Amino acid sequence: MNMTMKKTIRHYIMENLLFTEDESSLQDSDSFLDGGIIDSTGVMEIIMFIEETFGIKVNDDEMLPANLDSVDNLAAFVQRKQAQAVAA
Amino acid sequence: MMPVTSRLLQDTFLATAARYPDHTALVVDDMRMSYSEVADYALRLAHALRASGVCRGDRVAIFMDNTWQCAASIYGVLLAGGVFVLVNAQTKSDKLAFILQDSDSRVLLTEQHLARVFGPATEQLPALRVLSTAKSNVLPADIENLDDVLADMPATLPPQPAITMDLAALIYTSGTTGVPKGVMHTHQSLLFVLDSITEYLGFCQDDRLFCALPLNFGYGLFQWLSAVRAGATLVLERSFTYPMQVFKRMNDEAVTSFASVPTIFAMMLAHDAKQPLRFPSVRILTNAAAMLPAEFIPGIRRMFPQAGLYKMYGQTECIRSAYLNPALAETKPHSVGCAIPGTELLLLDEDRQAVAAGEVGTLYVRGPHLMRGYWKQPEKTAEVLVPGLLPGEFILKSGDLFRRDADGDFYFVARSDEIIKSRGEKVSPAEVENAIYSLSAVHEVVVAGIPDPMLGEAVCAFVSAREGENLSVQQIKHICNDRLENYMVPKHVLLLPELPRTSNGKLSRKLIMEQCVTLLATLD
Repeated sequence: MNMTMKKTIRHYIMENLLFTEDESSLQDSDSFLDGGIIDSTGVMEIIMFIEETFGIKVNDDEMLPANLDSVDNLAAFVQRKQAQAVAA
Repeated sequence: MMPVTSRLLQDTFLATAARYPDHTALVVDDMRMSYSEVADYALRLAHALRASGVCRGDRVAIFMDNTWQCAASIYGVLLAGGVFVLVNAQTKSDKLAFILQDSDSRVLLTEQHLARVFGPATEQLPALRVLSTAKSNVLPADIENLDDVLADMPATLPPQPAITMDLAALIYTSGTTGVPKGVMHTHQSLLFVLDSITEYLGFCQDDRLFCALPLNFGYGLFQWLSAVRAGATLVLERSFTYPMQVFKRMNDEAVTSFASVPTIFAMMLAHDAKQPLRFPSVRILTNAAAMLPAEFIPGIRRMFPQAGLYKMYGQTECIRSAYLNPALAETKPHSVGCAIPGTELLLLDEDRQAVAAGEVGTLYVRGPHLMRGYWKQPEKTAEVLVPGLLPGEFILKSGDLFRRDADGDFYFVARSDEIIKSRGEKVSPAEVENAIYSLSAVHEVVVAGIPDPMLGEAVCAFVSAREGENLSVQQIKHICNDRLENYMVPKHVLLLPELPRTSNGKLSRKLIMEQCVTLLATLD
């Protein structure tokens, strides 16, 4: 599950922010900020993508690098949100 | 002994460090640094640069994010007698290599996480010494760990042979031809404009200036220089990428000054509509880099109830030209005000004769804040620094058309060149076109700015493919992303069978925009 999710996220970032199909261009742990991959418009695009794809709702106060700044962070965040939704 | 008068830009720094050694100079993430700590770092760096062969007038490039090292390095370079060249952290390898070569930089100061960009750039420059900060000890070969180098250096003041006429900074800016130009500023021009800005904004030691604008950008740089001159604190954020984090930081740190551009205000207003934003500690609020839409002002007042709103206008060639008295923000919402203290603005026609009040003219700037010219580009310099009122004096021809009201306040009318202003950043259409032309499948390309509610103008590329060649929007965005800073990457790419031409057979932005008006209306 987690690997599929990471792959889905990675491909979205590569296609929509890096505009490439080259797998070596992005590691799951790479910081989008450090790599200069992202700006505030890019953050909004990623949020819309994970909301639509994984059926979660991102609150404004969750828009933080700890949740969104790498494929790893995004996957962990989505899983936490999904688990919360199930528990609720 | 501390200098009595500031003749060199670093004198303001030395004076503040001597006067308020324990006052907080910088807040970056969890890091708080006092003026004496920043001075300790800058002085060690100055010795390290001198040991690397940096002499009076030598250029030192700083390719860093908005980090405390970046802020401190500016003074380190000056204390070594050097000229600082700040490079935007979003810059890609080829352009970084161009700037390093064009400026003849002797040393590059950089950060480990940017190695993927500076690695390929510095490989071509064997004489360049590269010093990088490092979180771990794994740095590419030939790259020295800056922290290790500094550990062995004394924190004493090296000799200061420069005089006020010497260069302090080269600030690279986009040019209409697509090749960036290094704007030469002296200690004198920067100190003058710093004093003038401080006078009308009234910064004092209690102020806490907030800056999320890149330090390589004149407007961002002057947040730090102003904080230092006033002995105030700079709260430095890397970017506006995570707005909620930025808003929280502004209130947690009770910042008193906030430097913004229209795109940031637009983003804040969008957040405010969902969940009210309030910044009661801010007393000085500034807008620059692009015209602030008048309809933003009521919302800005709500978010910043205690702040005076200063609308400002300037360009890298003189840093700042005009500001509007905040008392007039509502009564003259379309004006950028009058000349900054100690300077003069002239509106001239094509024969360089003054135009009457109410008439449109080209804006010329007069004052001691003008650049010395474009680095190694005397012809381009002569186009904009033209003979002034006195023998031997030059005035700066801006690229902009203005008119003036009876009170002497100025109103922006139009740019006279084709530079696009997106998010407050200058985008040269030619630079974007050159990047797209590097794809062999491209036949023709024209890049233009189209109105955008968030960005001011959005970069739009109109592209036609060579006959029989396959070309995708994805490929075009990829090559742009590879070569250009993020803000230059076209938001819209339109693939057309062919681009329209004028009767003379020339490509024309105007014609393309006219013919694509229906198509453009469908873009989001």
